[in-house]
Amino acid sequence: MKKIIRLEHIGRDFQVGDELVRALRDVSFTLFEGEFVTVMGSSGSGKSTLLNTLGCLDTPTRGEYFLDGVSVRAMGKNARATLRNRKIGFVFQSYNLLPKTTAVENVELPLMYNSAFGAAARRRKAVEALKDVGLGDRLNHKSNQMSGGQMQRVAIARALVNDPALILADEATGNLDTRTSYDILALFQRLHAQGRTIIFVTHNPDIALYSSRNILLKDGRVLADTTNDNVRSATDVFAQTPADND
Amino acid sequence: MNIPNLFKIALKALANNKMRGFLTMLGIIIGVASVITMLAIGQGSKKSIQSQISEMGSNMIMIQPGADMRGGVRQSASAMETLKLTDFRNIVDETRFLAAVSPTVNSSGQIIYGGANKPTTIYGVNQDYLEIRRYSVNDGRMFSQQDIAGAAKVCVVGKTVVDELFINGENPVGKVIRFNKIPFTIIGVLAGKGYNGMGMDQDDVILAPFTTIQKRILAITHLQGVNASALKEEYTQQAIDEISAILRRNHKLKPDDADDFTIRSMEELSSMMTSTMNLLTVLLASVAGISLLVGGIGIMNIMYVSVTERTREIGLRMSIGAKGRDILSQFLIESILISVTGGLIGVLLGVVLSVLVNIGANFPIYIQTWSIILSFGVCTVTGVFFGWYPAKKAAGLDPIEAIRFE
Repeated sequence: MKKIIRLEHIGRDFQVGDELVRALRDVSFTLFEGEFVTVMGSSGSGKSTLLNTLGCLDTPTRGEYFLDGVSVRAMGKNARATLRNRKIGFVFQSYNLLPKTTAVENVELPLMYNSAFGAAARRRKAVEALKDVGLGDRLNHKSNQMSGGQMQRVAIARALVNDPALILADEATGNLDTRTSYDILALFQRLHAQGRTIIFVTHNPDIALYSSRNILLKDGRVLADTTNDNVRSATDVFAQTPADND
Repeated sequence: MNIPNLFKIALKALANNKMRGFLTMLGIIIGVASVITMLAIGQGSKKSIQSQISEMGSNMIMIQPGADMRGGVRQSASAMETLKLTDFRNIVDETRFLAAVSPTVNSSGQIIYGGANKPTTIYGVNQDYLEIRRYSVNDGRMFSQQDIAGAAKVCVVGKTVVDELFINGENPVGKVIRFNKIPFTIIGVLAGKGYNGMGMDQDDVILAPFTTIQKRILAITHLQGVNASALKEEYTQQAIDEISAILRRNHKLKPDDADDFTIRSMEELSSMMTSTMNLLTVLLASVAGISLLVGGIGIMNIMYVSVTERTREIGLRMSIGAKGRDILSQFLIESILISVTGGLIGVLLGVVLSVLVNIGANFPIYIQTWSIILSFGVCTVTGVFFGWYPAKKAAGLDPIEAIRFE
C-alpha cells in the first residue's frame, strides 16, 4: 500500500522566554493510503504541534517528514504553501468559512490559488464537492444562512475540492451538538469508505470508536498506536440519536 | 495566483464592506477633487492675467531716450532729443525679430468738440501702432502713409473720447475736433478694449500721424520714443539686443559708455505676474494636497483595521495554499482599488466643482490635463504607499497563529 505519511523521530522545540519547550520529543509513525486515524491526547500532549507539522504549516526541529513521498523538512514557506494547496485538505473546528460568501465560492477558494484551474473548472469541481457532502441544494447559500453542521459540510467540501492526498481535521466536531457531530462523523466515514486518507485530531476519546486506527499522544511522544477492529457506524448512532425538538 | 483572481477577491472584500469602503474612498475623493479645483482656480487666474497682459501686447517693447546727463543733471525722457527718426528707420530695416515698429511722440492738452471738452493726451504714431497695442479700427479707417508723409491733420479716436465728446450720439467720423486750437478730422474710431490689468482706460486715446504731432504741435524733429512688438514673446530678448546694438552704433557710444536709452518690455511685467500666480497656485494646491495625504492615511488606517479583522481569513487562505505574496497582492490591490476608484470619482467631482466655481462665482478657471494626470497619479501612488504596510503585515502573519486568532 502507498505510504501517505512517514514520520521519523520528529521533534519540535519552542523557545518561550528563557525556557525551551519540547512540544514534540520523538514521534514516528507511518500512515498508509485509505486510513482513518484519530490522533488523541490531552492538552499539552503535542497534538496541535503535530497537526501543524502534518499540515506543513510548521517544520520540525529534528527528524524527517515525508508527505506523499516528498520531504517537507527542508522546504521553504512558498513551497510548503503550494504543497498544502495540492496535497492537504484542512477542516477546522470553527469552520473558517469566509463571511458573506456563498458555499460554492468558499469551496472554490483552494483552487483560486492553483493556476491550473480556470473559472469554469473551479466551479464544476466546487459543485461536485458540495454534492459529495450532501449540499447540492445549498450551493448559493451564504455562510450566515447555514447551520453549524451545514457550515462544516461546506468546510469539508472545501477540503475535498483539490483531491488531497490527506484530509486533516482539527476537532472538526468540537463546535457541533452531539447529533450533528455524528452526522459529520458519518460523512468522514463515508469519505473513508471512498478511499480517502483522513487524520482526525481530537481530545474526545469517543471519536476514536469510529476510526480505523488510533494514535495516543502524551508529552510529545506516541503512547499508543492501536488498530480499531470494531469500527462503529456513525450513521447508525446518528439515526438512534433523537433530534432536539425543544 | 493570477491577477484576475486577486481582483475578484479584492472586489468581493470591498463589496462586503461597502460603507467602510465608501467612507475611506471619500477621503481620496475630497483630496483629489480639491487638488483639481484649486489648480483650476490658480491656473484660471494666471491665464486671465496673462490674457490681460497679452491684450496690452505681451511682446511689446518700449524704447525711450534716457540716462542722459547734461552737466550732471539727469534729464527727463521727453526733454531728451537723442532718439531720431534715423534710429527708427534703422530699427525697421535692420532687425529680424520685430513684427511692427512705431515712433511715438505725444502731447497733453484739452480737446474740444462743440460744447464738450476733456483733457487728454494725443499720441503721434504710425500705422504699426495698432498692431503693437492690439487696437483695431471699428469705424472709418486708420490714417495712411500719405497722411504721415503730409503731416495730415487727421486722427483716430478711442471709444471713451467719443462717448465724452459726442454726447448726442452723432457719428464722429468726419467731424472736426480741436486739440490746443489745431483742428483734427476724425477719420476712424477704435474698437473698445476696456480697462487693462493696471486699471487704465485703454479707450481714452487719440492717435494721429507722428509727423503731425512733431511739426504742428510740438515743433520738434526728434522722437520721444519708439514702440515695437517682437515676432513672438520668446524673441523679445533677441529683439531688445538687436535694437540696443543699433542704437549704440547710431549714437556712437563707446563699449564702456552707458546706454543713452532704455528698453523695457511687457515680458518683464508678464513674468512677474506669472510667478506671483504660480506661487498662488502652489499654495492652493499644497493645501489641497494635504487633504489628499489625510485621505491616504485614512486608507492606511482602514487597511490596518481590515487586516486585524480578517486575521482568521488570512490564516485560512494561507493554510489552503496562499503564499505571502498572494496575501500581499490581495490587500495591496484592495487599497489601490479604493484609491483609484476614489481618484476617478474625485477627478469628476473636481471638474464639476471647477465648473460650478466658474458659473457660480464667475471666477476664471482653467483645468489642465496635467493637473488631472498629476492628482490621479498621486492618489494611485498613495494607494500603493499607504496600502503597502498593512498588506506587508498581513503577508507576514503566521498561518498557525492567524487561523486561531480570536
